[in-house]
Amino acid sequence: MRRLTLPLTPETVASVHAGEAILLSGVIYTARDCAHKRIVAELDRLPFPIKDQIIYYAGPCPAPEGKASGSCGPTTSARMNSFAPALLDAGLGGMIGKGEMSEEVRLALKRNKKIYFAAIGGAGALYGNAIERSECVAYPDLLSEAVYRLTVKDLPVIAAIDAEGNSIYDQKNRS
Amino acid sequence: MRKIDTQSIADTVYRLALRACRSLTPSCLAALERAEKTETSPAARFALQTCLKNAEVAAEECMPVCQDTGMAVVFLSVGQNVALSGKPLAEAVNDGVRRAYLDGYFRKSVCDPLTRRNTADNTPAVIHTEIVAGDKIEISFLPKGFGSENMSRLFMLTPAVGVDGVLDAVVSAVRDAGSKPCPPVYVGVGIGGTFDTAALLAKKALLRDVGTRNEREDVAAIEETLLERINALGIGAQGFHGDTTAIGVSCEITPTHIAGLPVAVNMQCHCVRAAKEVL
Repeated sequence: MRRLTLPLTPETVASVHAGEAILLSGVIYTARDCAHKRIVAELDRLPFPIKDQIIYYAGPCPAPEGKASGSCGPTTSARMNSFAPALLDAGLGGMIGKGEMSEEVRLALKRNKKIYFAAIGGAGALYGNAIERSECVAYPDLLSEAVYRLTVKDLPVIAAIDAEGNSIYDQKNRS
Repeated sequence: MRKIDTQSIADTVYRLALRACRSLTPSCLAALERAEKTETSPAARFALQTCLKNAEVAAEECMPVCQDTGMAVVFLSVGQNVALSGKPLAEAVNDGVRRAYLDGYFRKSVCDPLTRRNTADNTPAVIHTEIVAGDKIEISFLPKGFGSENMSRLFMLTPAVGVDGVLDAVVSAVRDAGSKPCPPVYVGVGIGGTFDTAALLAKKALLRDVGTRNEREDVAAIEETLLERINALGIGAQGFHGDTTAIGVSCEITPTHIAGLPVAVNMQCHCVRAAKEVL
């Protein structure tokens, strides 16, 4: 399987095609519904960078002793449909989540040459084990919905919508 | 009368919650294994293989299978020859949930619906109690994740649409849910009763082992037809297109009003987690 290290260069982004299985390594930031509301309200004064960074739609279980994180699989991306285009236009490097996203998000990915990766929903233990470091960088009052900066190794994903706007969820692209 | 202290109910709920969140039910695991063997789409097969590997990791390392350890749904069948003592029943159930979600390092996913403030201990649990014959208490624990719960639907159909209308409604719910509820899904269907009983039956249907059939022949036939039609949708694991969109369909049925035909569809993701004990 192809291995990629974050942040992705424009050349790498252009070489990734929808449907491709990839192991991602590097830094990503978790954010779910509540965190997104705050992020779009505070875009000009965020406590963490979003330019060229990847947001992972996820809220982890607490970390037991000896582990960097508890189970941490993806949540349903479609709930973030209304937030993603603004973040991509502000320089966000891409997203990881699960399930289809709206046409507006697909167009924003194409316009900004960014990728939406699908992690496998329900595989929380496996994804939790791919996390080497985790630190809360914003909104700790949101508990599991806070923003965590994760360092991941070999996170298994599928390129779901590529920078050309091709989507694995499109009926035309049945694999 | 048989005397039971509700403390033993609290302790049982605690054990059930820990067990349920860390493993798939054997019938769910077997269904996923079968789906993986026959899947022809590479992306969907990758998804199914990842799920199977995940179940192994969760078991080996005693981790929650999915980070969405859900709202705690607890079914209690209390024998009418049981006399309960100790703290109130709901308090006992919530006490078991609170301790399990803390000790198990499970996610606390319960919040006020308007302020979104988290209750921080995953309570209150959703508790369904029924009084039955006998002197035993049966406790079932179903951690319900919301990726799938969000995609559930209730249809108040007109009697004129008949069985075909029921089939169309359920298939449309699964089609509209698409990739969002973490397919392959386990579809719980409640037919009949009132607005509320249809929904409760749909949830109860999810307690059945995946692949079992309703005792009523016509209802079992509906389950078979639904499974075929849903898998013909081609949504596949994680919506990557593929052969298995549902690992199972379970229907429960009860009489309804002459003017109505309520049908509830409770969607369950491929992580079917449930545990049961009898006191």
